[in-house]
Amino acid sequence: MATEPLLTATPLGDVLELRPGGSWTAANGTTLEALTGAVAAQLDRATTVKLDMAGVRELDTIGAWLLEKISRRATAAGHHAEVVGVADNYAGLIEELHQVNRRNPAPVPALNPLVAKLNDIGQAAAGSREDVAAFLQMLGALFLAVVGVLRRPRSLRTTSLVYQLYRVGFQAIPIIVLITFLIGAIIAQQGFFHFRKFGADSYVVDMVGILVLRELGVLIVAIMVAGRSGSAYTAELGSMKMREEIDALSTMGLDPVEVLILPRIIALVCALPILSFIGSMAALYGGGLVAQLYGDMTPAIYIARLHDAVSVTSFKVGIIKAPFMALAIGVVACSEGLRVKGSAESLGKQTTTSVVKSIFLVIVLDGLFAVFFASIGM
Amino acid sequence: MTEQASPPRFAIRVKDLVVGFGRQIVIDHLSLDVRRGEILGLVGASGGGKTVLLRTIIGLIPPRSGEIEVMGTVIGRSQERSTQRAAGRWGILFQQGALFSSLTVRQNVQFPLRENLHLSQALMDEIAIAKLEMVGLAPEDADKFPAELSGGMTKRVALARALALDPAIVFLDEPTSGLDPIAAGEFDALIKTLQQTLGLTVFMVTHDLASMYTECDRVAALADGRIVSIGPMHELLQSEHPWVRAYFHGKRSQMLQPQAS
Repeated sequence: MATEPLLTATPLGDVLELRPGGSWTAANGTTLEALTGAVAAQLDRATTVKLDMAGVRELDTIGAWLLEKISRRATAAGHHAEVVGVADNYAGLIEELHQVNRRNPAPVPALNPLVAKLNDIGQAAAGSREDVAAFLQMLGALFLAVVGVLRRPRSLRTTSLVYQLYRVGFQAIPIIVLITFLIGAIIAQQGFFHFRKFGADSYVVDMVGILVLRELGVLIVAIMVAGRSGSAYTAELGSMKMREEIDALSTMGLDPVEVLILPRIIALVCALPILSFIGSMAALYGGGLVAQLYGDMTPAIYIARLHDAVSVTSFKVGIIKAPFMALAIGVVACSEGLRVKGSAESLGKQTTTSVVKSIFLVIVLDGLFAVFFASIGM
Repeated sequence: MTEQASPPRFAIRVKDLVVGFGRQIVIDHLSLDVRRGEILGLVGASGGGKTVLLRTIIGLIPPRSGEIEVMGTVIGRSQERSTQRAAGRWGILFQQGALFSSLTVRQNVQFPLRENLHLSQALMDEIAIAKLEMVGLAPEDADKFPAELSGGMTKRVALARALALDPAIVFLDEPTSGLDPIAAGEFDALIKTLQQTLGLTVFMVTHDLASMYTECDRVAALADGRIVSIGPMHELLQSEHPWVRAYFHGKRSQMLQPQAS
């Protein structure tokens, strides 16, 4: 149905006569652009341009705009441009396009790339102060909510709390058990492989026991929870923010921190120690299994060695860290969730930020606790 | 556009369409023809299947049975490809705008151009601005993100995007809902102008009685899953169907009629 577009240019002295023909439609966009580009040089030479539209079979916005551009280019150069032979049904469209693109806003001047880079770095540095402020603000709001709940214990959202506990605690057990079991088994296998060279097989149990209970159990579980539940919190709160659900809550006189965030964070603070405990046990079991299958150590000996190697202190050192890590994960996840702006992209960005930041904080906290426990001799 | 080899008289033909979800039948043996170049308004009860009908015509909901033809292309039955080919010739304005939230206004309007044609960036920029100005927005708005727009502006940008490829048919799902009467009136006038200048066929789901009076060439009433009455506004007002009578002769409609007709 569509015919090939044409543009014949006939120079008659100073007058350039242009005869477009065929289908000037979007489907032929590439050809049309080339055609109008090709006559540009002739256009600049001629002092009068006559555009005869009688041959145009089909016309749409793109075609009409390209033709309008021709006459505009001639007019801008101070030449005379004349459009004739416009079919009635296209007159409206051409008139419409004659009005547009008249007033282009000044383009934003592009920054020097070096300056732009420096600007980015500066913005990021200034933004980090904002990050700290957002974290502290959330911590403060949370503290206020806790005080409120302590004053009126009935205002605690028990249903929500139990549901969140089920989601971040109970439902996380299988994956946590699997991962920590594997980690325990891998540490034990590596231990046997290397310690065997100097006959220190039996010390593998000390290594597995202390490493798992003091550090790895809680650290691995906290990182898993940050990735699994922290990201979910950010995404949930972020999409609630996008759909104005959080604003709706506040206008009903309810505090979003109390209704949405407090139950989530309490659930996390309760769940992480329990998960750490379960995870540590799974890791010790994994280590024991490897000891039996790979290290030729009977379970009885493994348990006896473990009994000598670890003390309640090692367990305490590990588990004390868990609620603090949970608090850090929860506060980061919720404050990032509330910083989501309107777009889908910003939801993705804040979720990533939330996970990266909470894992970073978990590791920093672990380091601080290591210093602390060393100085009090635990 | 008028010079096509054999221009079909009807832009959209729906024959004996049945659509349902589970055990519920929403569209029950519905037939509807939309003529080329007309503005057809579709009215019906809230939850009565107007949007379902629209989404079925554009191939988003598979029909149980029946036939849909858009510009001579059969939709739905013969797989994705023919639907996609038809998609090049229609533009859709969704109820909430459905702008891509991570793209600026300009990029949103350019998106169909970029995906379907091979044009230079400069030309696409010019076309995008031209479309935005045609729907009544300022060039300054082009670099805003959808989250920064008001409801009326969102609808205008969505219309500009729907019109980006100069489609033959535009589907509008409640274009004036949520706009103030002045903005709604401007929007109606805009659609009318664009229909006249670009020769569009417009299929419009609406509840806005004023738009029906001023803008629509014909109005179709959807009740009990079928079209119970179709024709120009003055014919619909004579209709004997109880639902149509209740719709156009209810208290709210009566208040509007003296000024409008």
